[in-house]
Amino acid sequence: MAAGFRAARRTPGGRAGLAFLFFLVLLALFGPLLLPDPFHQFDLLEASNTAPGPDHPFGTDQLSRDVLSRVVSGARISLAVAALAVALSVTLGAGIGLVAGYWGGPVDATLMRLVDGALAIPRLFLLLLVLSVPERVPLFALILLIGATGWFTTGRVVRAETLRLREETFVRAAEALGASRRRIIFRHLLVNTAGPLLVAATLGVGDVILLEAGLSYLGLGVQPPTPSWGGMIMDARPVLEAAPWVGIFPGLAITLTVLATNLVGDALREALDPRGA
Amino acid sequence: MTRVLDVRDLRVSFPTSAGRRFHPVDGVSFTLDRGETLALVGESGCGKSLTSLALVRLVPAPGRVDAGSTIRLGDTDVLALEGEALRRIRGKRIGMIFQDPMTSLNPVFTVGDQIAEGVRAHARMSRADARERARALLQEVGIPDPAGRLDAYPHQLSGGMRQRVMIAIALAAEPEILVADEPTTALDVTVQAQILEVLDELRRRRGMAVLLITHDLGIVAGRADRVAVMYAGQIVEEAPTLELFEHPSHPYTQGLFASVPRITGPVTRLTPIGGTVPPPTAWPSGCRFRPRCPQAFEKSERPPELLPVGPAHRMRCWLAERSG
Amino acid sequence: MARWLARRTAQALLTLLVAIVLLFLLTHLLPGDPMAREGMAHSLSAAQREALDARYGLDRPMLAQLVAFLAGLLRGDLGTSFEYGRPVTTLLAERLPATLLLGGSVLLLNFTVGLWLGVRQAVRKDSAEDRWLTALSLAGYSTPSFWLGLVLAATIGVRWHLLPPAGMRDPLVSGGLLAQTADLLRHLVLPVLTLSLVSIAGAMRYQRTAMLETLHLPFILTARAKGLSERQVTWRHAWRNALFPVLTLFGLWLPILVTGSVFVESVFAWPGLGSLAAAAVGSRDYPLLIGASVLVAAIVIAASLLSDIAYACLDPRVRLS
Repeated sequence: MAAGFRAARRTPGGRAGLAFLFFLVLLALFGPLLLPDPFHQFDLLEASNTAPGPDHPFGTDQLSRDVLSRVVSGARISLAVAALAVALSVTLGAGIGLVAGYWGGPVDATLMRLVDGALAIPRLFLLLLVLSVPERVPLFALILLIGATGWFTTGRVVRAETLRLREETFVRAAEALGASRRRIIFRHLLVNTAGPLLVAATLGVGDVILLEAGLSYLGLGVQPPTPSWGGMIMDARPVLEAAPWVGIFPGLAITLTVLATNLVGDALREALDPRGA
Repeated sequence: MTRVLDVRDLRVSFPTSAGRRFHPVDGVSFTLDRGETLALVGESGCGKSLTSLALVRLVPAPGRVDAGSTIRLGDTDVLALEGEALRRIRGKRIGMIFQDPMTSLNPVFTVGDQIAEGVRAHARMSRADARERARALLQEVGIPDPAGRLDAYPHQLSGGMRQRVMIAIALAAEPEILVADEPTTALDVTVQAQILEVLDELRRRRGMAVLLITHDLGIVAGRADRVAVMYAGQIVEEAPTLELFEHPSHPYTQGLFASVPRITGPVTRLTPIGGTVPPPTAWPSGCRFRPRCPQAFEKSERPPELLPVGPAHRMRCWLAERSG
Repeated sequence: MARWLARRTAQALLTLLVAIVLLFLLTHLLPGDPMAREGMAHSLSAAQREALDARYGLDRPMLAQLVAFLAGLLRGDLGTSFEYGRPVTTLLAERLPATLLLGGSVLLLNFTVGLWLGVRQAVRKDSAEDRWLTALSLAGYSTPSFWLGLVLAATIGVRWHLLPPAGMRDPLVSGGLLAQTADLLRHLVLPVLTLSLVSIAGAMRYQRTAMLETLHLPFILTARAKGLSERQVTWRHAWRNALFPVLTLFGLWLPILVTGSVFVESVFAWPGLGSLAAAAVGSRDYPLLIGASVLVAAIVIAASLLSDIAYACLDPRVRLS
């Protein structure tokens, strides 16, 4: 982890990305304490659809809610969803990849066929399907489902590494000396895949933010009244002409955040996983 | 004898991360006359490959040829050329053969294509004519069924054949000078002799000058007219081949000969040269061979110049002052 | 070569089968009543419910349903749309051309401009141009496609009236083939631009990396030593070899385009598969959603197969073995 931060700071892009993310997390954690309630509707007659000004730096929307507070609240949700979903994906990928690589044989073959098939269906379509069947999808289920659809590539990487390690002579040599085969592979696996996994996780956060925003835009992701960036853009459609700031700021927020994660991910990749680039 | 190549005080430098520059080629001078073969001999790391690349200004970035160097191709000052003029010497006046023919040939083009390309780069010619030239060249380098081979891809040919193709490419534009950088190192021993034979034959027939770069003394005997031994970026001994083999004078050269087995003569123990080759970033002061030299003495602390030790025979060693 | 082809095709078909089974299982194993969409689940009598179930085959055991589904697939029958009441296959066939036009145009743009920029970046590595292009393409990749589409539609389309912000054709435009085509092209610009901006980063980056690796290979030195111009070295020798890794990644790349088209088509009301799928979500039209997903999976697998074949045809080392 520590090595990761150091690595990310090496490129100017990485530094900028890291700085932005740091700032965003701070804002998400402490912003709501300083800003007006995102659900609060100011005077509907006077204050709806006002342009950005000293009172409301990002303006207000058609329901007179302060756009800045909503964007910051949305940050909490988007970052939380992304972080948790990615954590799930990486864990699943590492676990299943390890199992597939270690056991090999029919278990491995079946799992890989499944992964191939699943990869053929674009992640969005998978989620569109599973999210539209149930009546309501609570937030934790959303996170679970997003996480469950994102482990395939990580799984392949871990599996490949496990397979490679299984055949290494030093593993057999250590085994002959009495060490537990499982422990050796596991330890070396951890060391070798930590880098690529960190890179995948970072880039994955950006992917999930975009995905979740898209789902919310279609009405399938984070449900109102919980504010989310994608949902805000959906709500902004009727007033795009009259009050463009309602839609522009959430979109900018998404773009900058994802850009930041991509820059950090890139910097990490250069340092930790050159062959995967 | 016409002088085709005149190199004087060639220095190639590379930057270090600290901002200074080091010189893997540090003041190399030699000449080439028409029809002769000069062998440039040395271990890896002595700078011989870089020297050959410098001749056509293909030293890889961030390296560069330093000011103060002179490379003259007949009347042309190579270092003063730019752009189109520079491009025109490559291939047309100097042809180059590299070490590994498998990776030195483009895998997606046929052999005939790659040779014809070399022809058309320097002469206006129809595709058909260029193809015919390519066929003729393949024949000249001794490839059986040249017409059939034109449409072969590099991976379909054996190592020896690929190297012949490389030679054909190098000759495509009829250069005056052929530079062969370790032409046989990547080949089987049996094939090595064939390739050298081809090179020799071509040189005689076309009257080219050949710069043969190698670390293998065995190749040099019988193939080269003159030999220049390189060490640590400098030429440390030069002489006609026979003279060098009969009277190796520089302690490094003597060390090289002592470490090579001989067919004739008594069977003696091989003596390697003690120590390791110094890296170009840290040339020793004074005589660069001093740390490894069994005959080093106080004067070795001063960098020696090239001094005569015999007929057309010079070496970079203060010991030359002792012998007559 | 023929044997490899047969093996690879069989593999593709197997993958497709797995994908289809997966899709089927997902919809049928999730909590939730497909019939709830009808909104009438509560108000239906038992008998009516039974009849509805029978009509859609929902009263049979899962395995039987799956087999029926697969059998139907082979016949080209993907069921009937809940919303439109028409065969799903017909609906998909109607909307496919529009998506192919949009997707094809984006691919064309990405594979020409994108590859060209990638090569430029590699040749001018670490220059200001290189850094800027990376930053810009990364910014494009990070932008949500639906938002970008909205912004472009609202500004270029609505506010400045430069290009039509929605639809595929203007019903008011009359005239011959030329006028119709021109109208189509005008409508095509914004959606293509949007989708291209968010996806071109992929092509640029892969090409840049591949070029950088190729430029270090020994045969590039041979080409220079022959006296070839830099342009010949870059394009004829280096690029021909750097193209391969980019081609194989083509198959990996398609899912991104398909995903983007769902949003872009919705925003621009482009009558293709993407907007159809988005609408099907809103109306909980499962047969249509499953059908669209199956089609999309088939397209992705086919594209991957095609790019592998293209690679095999272009690389003489593979072709002649």
